[in-house]
This record gives sequence, C-alpha cells and structure tokens, in this order.
Amino acid sequence: MLKRVHFPSSPLPYLLVAPQIAITLVFFIWPASQAMYQSFLIEDAFGLSTEFVWFENYELLMEDKQYLDSFGRTIFFSAAVAFLSMSLALVLAGFADRVIRGAMVYRTLLIWPYAVAPVLAGALWVFMFNPTLGIISYALEFVGVNWNHYLNGEQAMALVIFAAAWKQIAYNFLFYLAAMQSIPRSVIEAAAIDGAGPMRRFITIVFPLIAPTTFFLLVINAVYAFFDTFGIVHAVTQGGPANATTILVYKVYNDGFVGLDLGGSAAQSVILMALVIGMTVVQFRFVERKVQY
Amino acid sequence: MATITLTDLVKSYDDTQVLHHVEGAFEDGEFIVIVGPSGCGKSTLLRMVAGLESVTSGEIRIGDRVVNDLEPADRDIAMVFQNYALYPHMSVFDNMAYGLKIRRIPKDEIRKRVEDAADILEIRDYLQRRPRQLSGGQRQRVAMGRAIVRDPQVFLFDEPLSNLDAKLRVQMRLEIRKLQKRLGVTSIYVTHDQVEAMTLGDRLMVLNGGYVEQFGAPTELYERPASIFVAGFIGSPSMNFFEVTVAEGVATLPSGAKMSSSTTYSGKATLGVRPEHMSPAPDGPLKIEVGMLEQLGANTLVHGVLEGRSEEIVASLPGLEHINVRTTLGFDAPSESIHLFDETGVRID
Ligand SMILES: Nc1ncnc2c1ncn2[C@@H]1O[C@H](COP(=O)(O)OP(=O)(O)OP(=O)(O)O)[C@@H](O)[C@H]1O
Ligand SMILES: [Mg+2]
Repeated sequence: MLKRVHFPSSPLPYLLVAPQIAITLVFFIWPASQAMYQSFLIEDAFGLSTEFVWFENYELLMEDKQYLDSFGRTIFFSAAVAFLSMSLALVLAGFADRVIRGAMVYRTLLIWPYAVAPVLAGALWVFMFNPTLGIISYALEFVGVNWNHYLNGEQAMALVIFAAAWKQIAYNFLFYLAAMQSIPRSVIEAAAIDGAGPMRRFITIVFPLIAPTTFFLLVINAVYAFFDTFGIVHAVTQGGPANATTILVYKVYNDGFVGLDLGGSAAQSVILMALVIGMTVVQFRFVERKVQY
Repeated sequence: MATITLTDLVKSYDDTQVLHHVEGAFEDGEFIVIVGPSGCGKSTLLRMVAGLESVTSGEIRIGDRVVNDLEPADRDIAMVFQNYALYPHMSVFDNMAYGLKIRRIPKDEIRKRVEDAADILEIRDYLQRRPRQLSGGQRQRVAMGRAIVRDPQVFLFDEPLSNLDAKLRVQMRLEIRKLQKRLGVTSIYVTHDQVEAMTLGDRLMVLNGGYVEQFGAPTELYERPASIFVAGFIGSPSMNFFEVTVAEGVATLPSGAKMSSSTTYSGKATLGVRPEHMSPAPDGPLKIEVGMLEQLGANTLVHGVLEGRSEEIVASLPGLEHINVRTTLGFDAPSESIHLFDETGVRID
C-alpha cells in the first residue's frame, strides 16, 4: 500500500482543476448532451415543429440500408488506412533505424506530413490525381489505367485511403522508430551472430518486440480513420461518387447539414461517440497492461 | 576449433584512432583474456573479431580464413554479452535453439543439444520460462547455453560476469574456466578485472589506451611486467613505485636509502616492489610510517608513507598482525623482486 498524504481540505485543488472542467463542460459535455437530446427529436421538413420520439431515430438508422452500407465501408476504410499507413511506417522506421548518416534529415522529412492540415493533405492528393491535370493520373495513363475518381467509386475510395494513410504515416513512423530504438542493440547483434540476416531479424526479433506499439497504433489509427478523416473526405471526394466514399463521419455531416435530418444525424453522432469511447476503453485496458511477451 | 591471428589491426572512429596496431596469435583451444582499464578498446577489439565493428586496417584470421569482410553469421563464433542480450519474447529453450533453427538443424537434434547444454549449466528446469522470469545468474547461464549449443569455433565474452554479485562471480568464473577446458573452444574474454583475468586466462593481453602493453601468461605478467602500466595493473594491492637513481647496480631512494639490483643501467628510473614481496627487516631500506592497517584475515595490509616523506607505500604481511599506527617499521625486498622502469615506463633488465 502506498501511504497517502493528507492535506487539510482547501479549495485550491478545485480551483486548479476548474479550468479543465470548464473546458470539458463547454466543449464536450454540453455539445454531447445536446447531440444526445437532439437524437431523440424528429423535426418536420420545414423545421417548424419538433417531436420527442425516444429511440425512433436509432430504429430508423438500423433499417437504413445506406447507413449500414456506410458502416461496412467505414470498417473497410479504417482497416485499409491502418494497414497501409502502419505497414509503410514500419518499413520506413526499419530503414531509419539503420541509417546513421543523414538520419536527422530523413526523420524530419518523414515527420512533415503530420503537420499538414487534413484539408490540405486532401487537396494535395486531389491535385496529383486530378483526371485531366494531375501528374499521377497522367503517369497512370501510360500503364493503361484510366484514372477518374469523380466517376469511379473504387478509385475514389482508393484515393481517400491513400490520402488518409499518407497523413498518418508520420505519426506511426515516430512511434515505430522510438519502439525500435528502445530494443537493446545487443539483442539484435546477438541475433546477427546467431546467423539471422536483416530480414529474419526483423521478422523474428524486432517485430515481436514492438508488438505493444503495433497494438497501440492499431487502436489510434482506427480511431483516426473513424473520426478524424472528415477533412480529407470533404476535400477529396465529398463522399462521392454515389456515396462510394461516404464514411460515417462524413454521413453525419451530410445528413445533418446537407440533408437537414438533424435528429438522424445526431443519432449517428451519438453512435460514433459510443464507438470512440469503446475504443478508448480498449486502448486503456490493454495498452496499459501492454501486450505480454 | 581454430586459431585466431590479429595482424597490425587498427580501428578508427572518424579521425580518432582507438586501437593501434594490435598483434596477436591465439592458439587453438586457448583461453585469451583481454584486460585493461575502462575505455582502452577491449570491447572494440572483441567486437571486431565478432564482425560487429568494421576493421579500419589490418587483418583478422580465424583458422586460415581472413574474416575481415565476413558477416558475423559467417564467422562461426558465439558471443556472450555483458547484458546477456537474451531474446525477451522467447522461452529459454527458444533462446538457445534460435541459432540452431536458423542453421536448419533437425528438430530432435536441436532438442538434444539444448537439453544437453541445459544439463551442463543446470538450467534444465527453466527451459520453458521467459528471460524476465529468471535471476541474473540464471540469465547468465542461458546466455552461456546459447553460445555452447551452437558448437562454434570461437567463444567471445564481453564482461559476462560484471552484473553478478561478488560470490556468484567467483563461482561462475570457475565454471566458465572448466567449461572452456572441457569443450576446448578457443575463447577471447574481455574484462577490466585483473583478478578475473589472472584466474581465467591462459594468456593475457593487457591493453592501455588502444596499445598492447604486454601479451603473455599470467605468471609472466606478474613476474616480469613489461611496463609500469602492467606492473601497476596486475596484482592487488598494486605495486609500490618510487623515483630512484640507479648507478652500478644500486638504486638510491629519495630518502637516501639504497637497494641493490642486478641491473647495469644507470640514470633516473622508477623502482617497483610488490607489497607481498616486502618482508619486515628492522634495518631494511624501506622505512614505513604506519598510517593504517587493513586486517583481511589471511594477510594484513600495512599502509603508510616512507619515513619523513610523502610517497605512499603498502606492505602485505601474512596472517593477522597487530601493529600500532604511527610507529615506524623497516622493510626489505629481495633483489629479484625489484622491478626497474626507465623514464618512458619500459622495463629495465
Ligand atoms: N561508436 C563509437 N564512436 C566513437 N568512439 C567510440 C565508439 N565506440 C567506442 N568508442 C571509443 O573507443 C574507445 C574504446 O571503447 P571500448 O568500448 O572498446 O572500451 P572498453 O575497453 O570496452 O571500455 P569498458 O571497460 O568501459 O567497456 C573509447 O575511448 C570510446 O570512447
Ligand atoms: Mg566494454
């Protein structure tokens, strides 16, 4: 048992946490409860009257094929973003770990994308892949790919995935690099003496030893792809073509501000909120205990 | 089994040279200890043999192969690291089997070899445990086991005992020595502990600042140290040194006392005499004003200064002695245990 230190009760501790509590109340609890309340209401088409309907909005959502499709799409999107950005980051970190000369430059360059705002990241990819002007779509033409993400839903999805993954690589890279550098050099050297080549060392020693980081990043990336990619989707495809890239966060916005179904949109955002809370719990429960090895 | 030959070996980092023209021919089955103070380049030399550091110039041969440009994996060596470097995510069994699996040794052969090694090292009961579930001494054994199952041509040890407590260190020291003799594998062992070096090594290479000061059998280093550095480094407590002038086989101490020696050298020199070679002699040339006693049981160390001067001196007497501090005692030493070194620190005969 830790011995607790008792201070005479004073208002100071409350004063010290007050700003944080105020911020949480104003920017999180209040809007969250508004959303919660809103999700129990149905407005008529002209916004003249509202009716309190309990869970009807949620029931409607569960029957809405478009919503369920969007759910599936979001899971695919998240998995793809997490896989792509984590595996690229892992490879880059693997190389960075070996680089000695110019390591600073290499790392700094890799960290830049993280500083780019989502909308700008999206815009960058839109430019590169613009069907008529983009440099990459131009290059793709030579290998026989007709790139037009304004018409082709799969290409649109791919583009959003690239943009979202690209932006997250820097973050993953940093964590992977830190994890790799915390492996004692001598363990790697021992494996080299035992006869393992670089690839084998990576697979049998490095990768298992950074498993806790992989798990941590998996959750972080899933959360990112679920909730932080609105800006990218908005800039790149605006959910189109034909909803092919309408992931959940985008649908919240679209249904609420474009479709003006405020109740339905609020219900969706409450579900998203529940998901984020769920993932955060998983995160804390497992990451704190670390993946055992 | 193999010989190891180092020829004109040099190591530089950028423009600082940390090893200078190291030479050495190690025989098959020999236990070589590289010893020296911290930062003298011991680990660097060992890691060059292992292939973990590049060779700046010179040549390393294992057997009749020049290994300068071979990967560690291709040198047929095994190494025990100071921090053991066990694979934390693998069981003890897998730690020991790792190198064998890579070499595609059949499964039951691996099992047999690992179990045999585990029996020798008395870690059979821990084979399924993870390294973090073992004590320091047990980890040390696993690290040894990982080296011996491979049945390599050469063992390399980098201060493998420095993380153990004193008693365990002495025990493991003997075990390593026995194991090495039994397996007959050529070994290079790095340590900064001269006692460890003296007990383990068939031959010792004393390094200082990247130079080889002396390379020879422990008794040779003790009896005929080639330089002041070796003389002071080998032996505990260290040798006493005094500035003297030598003429016609007689060394004159600053106090004016004279000690005879069999040299023909004349001029300024440093005289060295080991504490354990000094014996009480009321009229002896070395008069000690006793400052402190260390009664170790088997022997007694008498610390003090030369009478009327500031040079410190230690004498070692057998058994328990009771001497009052601040008394003055005379000591003498036989001329064959007096060492003389010239002004550059090189031994004079
Ligand atoms: N990567 C490096 N870059 C530059 N200098 C180095 C490097 N590694 C070692 N050195 C230098 O080389 C010298 C020898 O180092 P080494 O590790 O071989 O010493 P050591 O004898 O093993 O010492 P210790 O007993 O403390 O382990 C030291 O002066 C050290 O500063
Ligand atoms: Mg060292």
